[in-house]
Amino acid sequence: MSLLVVDRLCKSFGGVRAVDDVSFSLAPGELLAMIGPNGAGKTTCFNMINGQLAADSGRVLLHDADISRLPPREIWKRGVGRTFQIAATFASLTVVENVQMALISHAGRLYRMWSRAAAFEREKALALLAQVGMAEQADRPCGVLAYGDVKRVELAIALANEPKLLLMDEPTAGMAPKERNELMALTRKLVVERGIGVLFTEHSMDVVFGYADRLVVLARGKLIAQGDVDAIRNDPNVRAVYFGSGKTVERARA
Amino acid sequence: MSEPLLSVRGLEARYGAAQILFGLDLELNAGEVVALMGRNGAGKSTTMKSIMGLVDRRQGRITFRGRDISHARPHEIARAGLGYAPEDRRIFSDLTVMENLEVGRQPPRIGLDGAPMTPWTPDRLFALFPNLAEAGDRAAGRMSGGEQQMLTVARTLMGNPYAILLDEPSEGVAPIIVEQMADMILSLKKTGVAILLSEQNLPFAALVSDRVYVLEKGEIRYSGAMRALEQDEEARRLYLEV
Amino acid sequence: MSLSGILVQMLNGLASASTLFLLASGLSLIFGVTRIVNFAHGSLFMLGAYIAWSLTERMSGALGFWAAMGLSALAVGAIGAAIEMLLLRRIYRAPELFQLLATFALTLVVRDAVLGVWGSEDLLGPRAPGLSGSVEILGRRFPQYDLALIVIGPLVLALVWLLLRRTRWGALVRAATQDREMVGALGVNQSLLFTSVFALGAALAGLGGALQLPREPASAGLDLAAIGDAFVVVVVGGMGSLPGAFVAALLIAEIKALCIALGTWSLPWGGTISFPKFTLVAEFLVMAIVLVVRPWGLMGKPQAAVRTGAPPETPLAPADATTRIIGFATLGALAALPLIVGVGSYALVLSIDIFIGVLFAVSLHFVMGPGGMHSFGHAAYFGLGAYASGLLLKSAGLPMELALVMSILGGALGAFVFGWFCVRLSGVYFAMLTLAFGQIVWSVVFQWDEVTGGSNGVIGVWPAPWLAAKQTYYYLALACCVAGVLLLRRILFSPFGYALRATRDSVLRSDAIGIDVQRIQWIAFIVAGAVCGLAGGLFAFSKGSISPETISVGRSIDGLVMVLLGGVETLSGPIVGAAAFLFLQDSIARHIEYWRAMLGLLILVLVLAFPDGIVGAVRKRLGKGSQQT
Repeated sequence: MSLLVVDRLCKSFGGVRAVDDVSFSLAPGELLAMIGPNGAGKTTCFNMINGQLAADSGRVLLHDADISRLPPREIWKRGVGRTFQIAATFASLTVVENVQMALISHAGRLYRMWSRAAAFEREKALALLAQVGMAEQADRPCGVLAYGDVKRVELAIALANEPKLLLMDEPTAGMAPKERNELMALTRKLVVERGIGVLFTEHSMDVVFGYADRLVVLARGKLIAQGDVDAIRNDPNVRAVYFGSGKTVERARA
Repeated sequence: MSEPLLSVRGLEARYGAAQILFGLDLELNAGEVVALMGRNGAGKSTTMKSIMGLVDRRQGRITFRGRDISHARPHEIARAGLGYAPEDRRIFSDLTVMENLEVGRQPPRIGLDGAPMTPWTPDRLFALFPNLAEAGDRAAGRMSGGEQQMLTVARTLMGNPYAILLDEPSEGVAPIIVEQMADMILSLKKTGVAILLSEQNLPFAALVSDRVYVLEKGEIRYSGAMRALEQDEEARRLYLEV
Repeated sequence: MSLSGILVQMLNGLASASTLFLLASGLSLIFGVTRIVNFAHGSLFMLGAYIAWSLTERMSGALGFWAAMGLSALAVGAIGAAIEMLLLRRIYRAPELFQLLATFALTLVVRDAVLGVWGSEDLLGPRAPGLSGSVEILGRRFPQYDLALIVIGPLVLALVWLLLRRTRWGALVRAATQDREMVGALGVNQSLLFTSVFALGAALAGLGGALQLPREPASAGLDLAAIGDAFVVVVVGGMGSLPGAFVAALLIAEIKALCIALGTWSLPWGGTISFPKFTLVAEFLVMAIVLVVRPWGLMGKPQAAVRTGAPPETPLAPADATTRIIGFATLGALAALPLIVGVGSYALVLSIDIFIGVLFAVSLHFVMGPGGMHSFGHAAYFGLGAYASGLLLKSAGLPMELALVMSILGGALGAFVFGWFCVRLSGVYFAMLTLAFGQIVWSVVFQWDEVTGGSNGVIGVWPAPWLAAKQTYYYLALACCVAGVLLLRRILFSPFGYALRATRDSVLRSDAIGIDVQRIQWIAFIVAGAVCGLAGGLFAFSKGSISPETISVGRSIDGLVMVLLGGVETLSGPIVGAAAFLFLQDSIARHIEYWRAMLGLLILVLVLAFPDGIVGAVRKRLGKGSQQT
């Protein structure tokens, strides 16, 4: 059974078709990369799956249930975690409080006004941070972290509600090659251990070729190809609109 | 050899309580392309912003064409002929492409050789960036990411700079656009503009640069010919963690 | 009323729209580039009127009159340039609220300067030579001068529009609107650009004020009236949109004209309805409706985040030992105060004012600091609390104790209704909508004589006999104040408090982890309204009366000053700020004639010297900024 089905999704902005009849699906335990030139409609597509944008037409199904008219917070409650292109965390909370915030929400305790939030499931939050290698920095303000670390905190937040699906918009943007590989290796591990599905966009080819099970390619709002790494790598159409000759592409490293 | 076009000595910079740069030395000679490499947070962008006067708390001596610009304000530095194309593009999305170019326009200059420089005009730029020509009257915000990246560079060129600080042009753009960027840098180099290029993408930087500095935690850890770094696996592993 | 009468009123509205547009276009232009909401813009308008008065006294004839108009605009433009160079230039990087505070301080200084130079009497302007007559329109007389104004408005719109769209200066201004730092890095002298924009905006306001002189006398109250109108027009039209400002000016002026034209109607079921009374409420109602339907105004766009580079707030830490000791010591001292100073002391009266002020400031801080919602109309909830108490005591005959409790409900109910609209907006628009609701409450109270007593207010609102003694009421106020402060503090450290700060830090992330941002903000708004209502109730019983004056926009601004004075980032900030503000106001106002100007200058000094507020500055000095590295 498919975890996520995107069915004929369309969205226009001021007459320009940003996403034009895009369909694909994602199975549990699969890492699916969405690639394409800038402005191809990747982020728009993401925002529709996540509920931030309403689609003009088409559906998004999660476990066969239509989620395309739900706001982001409802979609999160159904088990979809999200990381953003420009990492979004709570800068004035500490690292561990950021994760606790997600746990509080998951437990449905957002409206409690008397108990102390600092004590709420701190151990569980620390455990999540340990998974992404951020436990030592748990009590630092999130606003002072290095960018790569913020991205890892974001991942820990996204994991707090035991998601079935992770949406990661350029998860490794702004990271050094080594950090990229670490983060994606971690993601890969989570996918295997927990059987969650991951949909991510990416411009770093070593990440895409190194970690994706399958790829979908968008260009000018249309889905122009999908398949496994080798099929996409050799697709002349994709070469023409996206890869180019490959002379500036960083090679995947073992 | 004559003195460098741009020379930076003992540059230090801080944001709030955090010191980002620790006594940086680097130089850029007329007509050369120099890569400034290093991982994220190493201080590449801060170096460029400090040179441009966009970081308040900076120390050290920066000279451009022999003139001390350590305490100059950003617009004075730009008017001295040093251009800046920031990493996050920062085009004026509500303005048309032509208006973006207009904002960057500065009077023609005398070239480094003493002869009048051919000033950059929209027409001359459109030859270099064919995509922009079609977009002239469109709002810049409506263009694709790659086109916006090109516009950032074109806008800077309208100031007829002797040198450009080009901050991570390949970040977050498709490989095919990076390739176009490489071609563009090589054609710019032919016109005599010097470029300091901050990058994390080694194959791209290697394609266009003559020399390289590697930055780590706010200090220069390696400097030399690009060719040498490419062949020095040890240095690459050490400083770029590749 | 006849059709021709209505038509002439509408024409009259067109004339008003012109000066309104001149005023608002300058404000919009200045905001667009500098991102400063110039509170002093009404003062510039007022200066235009006064300067024009002085000039027309000396210059006669048609040529002299119009030259005087032009010169007034130039003079105000020059004053604007001076303000930009001496003050604003130093605070472009300061938090938005500080900029507002600084420009508000300017209004105080200008107000006293005007009183000092021109005196407190209204100054009647001359009629425009050559245009002093009237023309007949549909059998009614219509002033020629107003016809001239109807032409001037669109003319200025066209000129400014051409300047912005067809010149290099215009391209630079529009570029700076989006990213001023980048414009500088491209070789444009930002300082010069900003000064020129501010000067132009000021000159437009000055011209508006000057042109209004033949229709309306120059008076020292023009500034606040003008800034209120200007805010409404700019927000309804969309911040930064000139055509929007024009359309909005037309809309507002016409609706006001219509209200006047309709006059008083008798209702079929008895009683009368007086439309002219709605002029005050009407513009704010229009604004509220527009903002709810189109959150960025008629022709505006969502505001892009401004690059200020301000570091994020540091996480809240529970009070440490020192803070606790200081807190308990202060509380002990306050409990002992009546015993020390004696029962009839003025210190008790001032202290009660301070307790009420603290409660007011702390409730405002709750939404402003941790909530990130900059309320400019907090006086509304204070007023609703005060009037709820006063009216229930006097009209419904409720016992005083119950009436005081109802003040909490009054504030909460107001926040419940208004908050529902407000939390749909953010940033400047949120601030303006809260301001609008504040003004609506004020105008309703002011004009609904039958129920609220109109401008006389409600009198005879005294506490129950057992609370009547000053020192007893002192303890009541102290107890309410401490309870309110501790309650809000407790909430801030609860899951709800964390969620509130989360919504401030990142709406995107909050939404992505299941937090209903608007609902959290709404509830916080109601909690603050309740506490603020209690402050209002305490106020009414401490003074024995309540009047529209005490709940005007001035009180909202006082609240902002208190919070910013103490510092937004700390929980003790608003407490210290309220105490310091009220003490200063009390001691300055009693001894100095030009106390407003003094207060204004003091605020300016504070803003320039302590951008983090008093508590923030002390912390920094002690090296206690929790910036761990």
